[in-house]
Amino acid sequence: MNMHVNGENHQFDAGLTIGQLLKQLELQPDRVVLELNQNILNTTDSINTELHEKDKLEIIQFVGGG
Amino acid sequence: MIKIQLNEVPLELQSEISLHQLRDQQQLDADILIINGFPALEDRQLKDGDQVVMIKRGYIPDAEQLETLMMARHTPGVHARIAQSRVGIAGAGGLGSNIAISLARVGVGQLVIADFDLVEPSNLNRQQYFIDQIGQPKVTALKENLQRINPYVKIDTFNGRITPQNLNQVFTDIDVMVEAFDAPDQKAMLTAAHLQQSPECPLVAASGMAGYAASNSIQTKKIRDNFYLIGDQITAAQPGQGLMAPRVSIAAGHQANAVLRLLLGEKPE
Repeated sequence: MNMHVNGENHQFDAGLTIGQLLKQLELQPDRVVLELNQNILNTTDSINTELHEKDKLEIIQFVGGG
Repeated sequence: MIKIQLNEVPLELQSEISLHQLRDQQQLDADILIINGFPALEDRQLKDGDQVVMIKRGYIPDAEQLETLMMARHTPGVHARIAQSRVGIAGAGGLGSNIAISLARVGVGQLVIADFDLVEPSNLNRQQYFIDQIGQPKVTALKENLQRINPYVKIDTFNGRITPQNLNQVFTDIDVMVEAFDAPDQKAMLTAAHLQQSPECPLVAASGMAGYAASNSIQTKKIRDNFYLIGDQITAAQPGQGLMAPRVSIAAGHQANAVLRLLLGEKPE
């Protein structure tokens, strides 16, 4: 399936979950904010959510320091 | 006729007058006299356009006087608009303590500051605390420091952890929210919760300001409506790359300026 991740087109296997995608990208779920098709997700509740063709996912990663 | 400014207020003098005559005429019990930014050690005639400041050493102005004195140093129209504003700051570490001081100095009327931590010796490398405040709750110490700068800013504090559940009870009626945490999971938690619960209230968050990489790599970016992210988004605090005062202050300056611009109806980026 075709998806937009952070503004770029990517090919993924059908049925990919948000948790699997974050693992592929080596991102820790508790350190990101996810926006799926303009909606902000609660990341921990969305780990098993399946992604679909033409979904637009924005991943905002936070690094430590302040 | 000679037009001058006395303590930032316009004043028209009907005749030639000297600095000391003006002081006696205005019955100001002042021992520090400043003309056009320089201490006047001797008496002299005042000229058209002179900016005169007369103060008594140790004197603390009341709220109205301080407002007049501070307003004069700000761009016209700025002070009136931000004096009515209320800004939330989540975290009172390197970012939050610097942001709070900037916003208090510029004249933001109300601040809500939340942190669960105590002042530790290591914090003094970048956070706006003093050595005699070690062991105090950060929100208590910061409120004390802010009140030494401007006692007329209203400061609400919350000494505890922010969660998605208490976020809206702590940060009530705010015009802008600032994410100023240290831990990345806390940053993500607050950002997601705020964007979900209060999408109409702008959020200014920060990520990536450790070490001493180039200053200009720290940027203000719009992520989506009402969400701005400041930092280089890469440099994490980790062993070998600590948090240092200059770069943390640069990020805090970006955040405070983004808040100011939002309060004034301007785009932050």
